[in-house]
Amino acid sequence: MTALLETRHLNRMFGALQATTDVSFRLERGARHALIGPNGAGKTTFINLLTGVLSPTSGEILLDGKAITGMKREARVQRGLVRTFQINQLFGGLTVIESLALVVAERRGEGWNPFRSIGRARGIDTEIADLLRGFGLESVAGETCSDLPYGKQRLLEIALAIALKPRVLLLDEPAAGVPEADRQEVLSRLAALPSDVAILLIEHDMDLVFTFANRISVLVSGGLFAEGTVDEIAHDPRVKDVYLGGGQHG
Amino acid sequence: MVSGMSSAPAGVAGALRRANRWGVLEILLWILAVAAWFFLPEQHLILAEIVNFAILALSLDLILGYAGIVSLGQSAMYGVGAYAAGLFSAHVTGEPLSGLLVGGLAGAAVAFLTGFLLLRGADLTRLMVTLGVAAVFMEIANQADWLTGGADGLQGVETAPLFGLFEFDIFGRTAYAYSLGVLFVLIVVARIVLASPFGYSLRAIRDNPLRASAVGIPVNPRLIAIYTLGGAYAGIAGALFTQTQMFVSLDALSFQKSADGLMILTIGGTGYLYGGVVGALVYKLIQDVLSNLTPQYWQFWIGLLLVAFVLIGRERPRALVRAVSIRLARLFAGKAASRRVAEEKP
Repeated sequence: MTALLETRHLNRMFGALQATTDVSFRLERGARHALIGPNGAGKTTFINLLTGVLSPTSGEILLDGKAITGMKREARVQRGLVRTFQINQLFGGLTVIESLALVVAERRGEGWNPFRSIGRARGIDTEIADLLRGFGLESVAGETCSDLPYGKQRLLEIALAIALKPRVLLLDEPAAGVPEADRQEVLSRLAALPSDVAILLIEHDMDLVFTFANRISVLVSGGLFAEGTVDEIAHDPRVKDVYLGGGQHG
Repeated sequence: MVSGMSSAPAGVAGALRRANRWGVLEILLWILAVAAWFFLPEQHLILAEIVNFAILALSLDLILGYAGIVSLGQSAMYGVGAYAAGLFSAHVTGEPLSGLLVGGLAGAAVAFLTGFLLLRGADLTRLMVTLGVAAVFMEIANQADWLTGGADGLQGVETAPLFGLFEFDIFGRTAYAYSLGVLFVLIVVARIVLASPFGYSLRAIRDNPLRASAVGIPVNPRLIAIYTLGGAYAGIAGALFTQTQMFVSLDALSFQKSADGLMILTIGGTGYLYGGVVGALVYKLIQDVLSNLTPQYWQFWIGLLLVAFVLIGRERPRALVRAVSIRLARLFAGKAASRRVAEEKP
């Protein structure tokens, strides 16, 4: 059976520096898969290759068995490959409702419609209301994104991705920078994400990785170093070496 | 629980609708503009000129205020629209509405064909590219004097009566009413477009192009689309200028036009559609007052004011307008509510 998302011998050079080295990776349907690795291991480069921000020097990326290697970013999104960002990327001048509405409208293929008011599309209000409830954003629904407290911004960052009804969701350090008080809420919203969505979690925080993921891949110096279940990785002495000997703080 | 489920969606749709509703200030502005036609007959010429500047600035607001495209080349579309309408009038028909359409199409065509130049690079690149494109069109019009009349301007432009009924008189009676009508239609169209999914996707691109592409918005095609619409608006402004002046010269393509448009929009504020109207009004009033006080140095004061406006912040006017309209809306809603209460009590 083909994996939902797969890379074959993916390479990326930045001049003489090899940021991604022969990565062959599989993400199964409904997966809760974590990608870990020390700083500078090439995690973000890998995400940028998957989403089309960067193009690979060589190798292939397949979604549902079909090559998407040279495809534009928005075309990948329309096929269900969606990401969130390590640093919030919101629409600062729009309200929470407006942001969600435009994303939902885009997903429904109405983004080119210049005539119908955005609130008129059938069922869009119910869908947005569900998203607001699902991410605890009801109380700030009418507020401008740039005015939200950080914890709410972080939730909106993820809600915008979920509004696209992704099949594959790439979460880039979703709990990064979230104050301790809001952390639990973010974690429980993550745990409640739809189970049919395959999730690849890029994370530094080992507690989050161990509670969230059932499979872990370790990236070191641009290459896949180890892969296995949470137990296997937790007890892999080589991984411990990389983390303890590799200068990983904490 | 049931009531909670049904009230939430209503809240969402309501919030989206509220954001695009006609404001009290907006309606007031239109009442005043129409009243000016009746009560300020000796000012019709200058009012028509203000409306023309407002439309030019509106075309810039569409691309800058809503899509974040900075431009110093709106004169290219304005001027080409002006010449297209002029040539159409001289060689085909002087009927104004079809001339306006021709001007709009010409402006749109220029924007569509040069829009791809904006897709690479940041603000500085865009400023220089738009500036360069406008300069090229200016020089083409200068050299092609067999077509445009070159430095002497285009001769033989005549504007037939509007709807076959209203002559364009030298006092600007028809010109002001016509210009105001055109501005109204353009604002209504802009409101519809900006309240649509397409319109919101532009603001998403303006605020965060990286995220816009990550939620599936095709950024470059959308930018070209709005640049083309902005070009159509600028072309219409140019055509309107030709029709009301019954003359076109190279001034329509000059850098001064682009600069005026940007200056007016900056004074009035971006991103709420009326920045052009407010800015043009303020600009003209200041010009009028200052040029009476110091005929030679009024540009100095305009320059100083511009610096002050920019330092106060481009966001200020929009925020002020929003705050005042909310206050007014509450006031009116409050009155309406108390009236209802009063009616219910016998």
